[in-house]
Amino acid sequence: MKPEPNDVVLHTVTKLAAVIIFTFSIDLFWAGHHFPGGGFIGGLTTAAGIVLLYLSFDIERIQTNLPIDYKKMAALGVLISVATGMGGMIYGDNFLEQAFGYFDLPVFGETELATAVLFDIGVAFAVIGTAITIITSISEDEL
Amino acid sequence: MNNLLIWPVILPLIAGLLFILLRNHIRLQRVISVVVLGVVAGISIAIMNQISVNGIQTLQLGGWQAPFGIGLVADMFSMLLVLTTSIIAFCCVIFSFRTIGKERERHYFYSLFLFLITGVNGSFMTGDLFNLYVFFEVLLLASYVLVSLGGTKIQLRETMKYVIINVLSSAFFLVGIAYIYSITGTLNLAHISVRIAEAGQDGFITTIAILFLLVFGIKAGLFLFYWLPGSYSAPPTAVSALFAALLTKVGIYAIIRMYTLVFYHEPQITHLLLGILAALTMILGGIGAVAYSDINKILTYNVIIGAGFILAGIAAFTENGALGSIYYLIHDMIVKALIFLIGGVIVYLTGTTTLKEMSGLIRNHPYLGWMFFIGSLSLIGIPPLSGFIGKVFVTRGTFEAGYYWLGFIGLIASLMILYSVMKIFMNAFWGETVLSEEEEKGTTKGVMVPIALLTALTIALGIGPEIINSYVETAVEGLMNPQIYIDAVFGGNEIP
Repeated sequence: MKPEPNDVVLHTVTKLAAVIIFTFSIDLFWAGHHFPGGGFIGGLTTAAGIVLLYLSFDIERIQTNLPIDYKKMAALGVLISVATGMGGMIYGDNFLEQAFGYFDLPVFGETELATAVLFDIGVAFAVIGTAITIITSISEDEL
Repeated sequence: MNNLLIWPVILPLIAGLLFILLRNHIRLQRVISVVVLGVVAGISIAIMNQISVNGIQTLQLGGWQAPFGIGLVADMFSMLLVLTTSIIAFCCVIFSFRTIGKERERHYFYSLFLFLITGVNGSFMTGDLFNLYVFFEVLLLASYVLVSLGGTKIQLRETMKYVIINVLSSAFFLVGIAYIYSITGTLNLAHISVRIAEAGQDGFITTIAILFLLVFGIKAGLFLFYWLPGSYSAPPTAVSALFAALLTKVGIYAIIRMYTLVFYHEPQITHLLLGILAALTMILGGIGAVAYSDINKILTYNVIIGAGFILAGIAAFTENGALGSIYYLIHDMIVKALIFLIGGVIVYLTGTTTLKEMSGLIRNHPYLGWMFFIGSLSLIGIPPLSGFIGKVFVTRGTFEAGYYWLGFIGLIASLMILYSVMKIFMNAFWGETVLSEEEEKGTTKGVMVPIALLTALTIALGIGPEIINSYVETAVEGLMNPQIYIDAVFGGNEIP
């Protein structure tokens, strides 16, 4: 049996770094509405965080703690985006028509809510799902 | 604005995505696929009727008006192709129920099938050059997986070739788009057309036109078709029939669209070159079809001849030529699907692709044999089947344009088709029956319905071209007068 590798440093740093990466990715996602960022890059950063977890721990452990079928996640993401596009059609507008409005929310005060965010959530899901699926299927290859 | 236009694109997409979520419900997937393709066919008929009443329909996505937004444009030509696509996909998907196998079904076969249809319909309907590239990639990605799905050695080899050649041509496509954008400053097809008409088609733009001819020519199997016979004979029958009927036709559609809407100012250079390539394609394809004695190879070379013949009508650039091209394009899609499916059944029954090892199938399978015979006659263009009217008009168009050589080569190619398909018919169906029904490697159970449907369609189109004649004439009118398309896209807005 192979001896357990000594990667205390990697584990400790990953535990910290993953949290920072995930937080940053969410920040990027929200920033995307008016500034550089958005669903694609936010999703990609999230995927990078998950890949870091895969690298430092083993695949089985991550999969038991984070039981997500990434293929389904990607499909779900695209479905959300398409469904958002169809939302406009219900009100008699063009496909992919978007809407936004200002609402007075309890904690945040006056906040802008836009349907484009829903579309972006779909994009983020699709990107995370696709990126992780690609990386895990490459890593599964037997040489 | 007409939201109906988005459905042929997103309906297959949504269904395909649902199948990924419902991976193990194969029976449900089959039912939904058939229903979706049927509904898309119905929607395209509805759109066609709207077009014949109200003119070309457009949908500007997100409400951004042309040329700033990306829009879908449904003219009669593209909707005829969308309708034909749905019918063929309907037949191929029914055919695949029995033949495709459990393993492929579990590995997202129906999802990929519908993603391919998404890409094909999108390519036919988009009004934006870059969006055309995107839809090309959608259908190509789906087709890469469909070619390789199953993982046999021959599939892997052919997939490599197929992927490399298509990635290369996509790269050229991007380069062409970049040039067009740097010259005209727009990617909306109608807007490009306006800008080029204003500035004049100089030598540089003509060069770009030839670059696009190269790009789409690779996809259409025009002249640069060396990858095609291998790639199209590797995957299972339902897939190769779909490829033969649809994929090369998307390339042909793109050539027709670009050469009638955008690059129509210098036909003595671009269209003549197209004619020369079409002639060479027909000759080389004909030689291939005559020379091989492998049933898959013969059929794929027939795809190549068909591509050459359709484009001969566009090369002539007359109304009759365009009319013939559209008729022949629709006919070719149907009849290629038909003979590929029958060819697949023959291989399935005998367990071999070599003609010399098969014989006398007509004793046990008379319907299959006679349907193949009808399909062959239609392919050659014998009246009253659907190939006839297209052949007549294409030949007439080439003669009108003074390209007598092109017309003659088309007719000679028909003789080569005749020889090649009769070779299949005589070897496979005539002769002594060597296989009794018990010895056959497969059955025809469950696969005859789609074949019969396609046969009925080719007969119906041949006997009653009046059914679609008014539609086809509207399509030709749209192709020969780019202004109709442009006016529909801008819808009275000022053209910047």
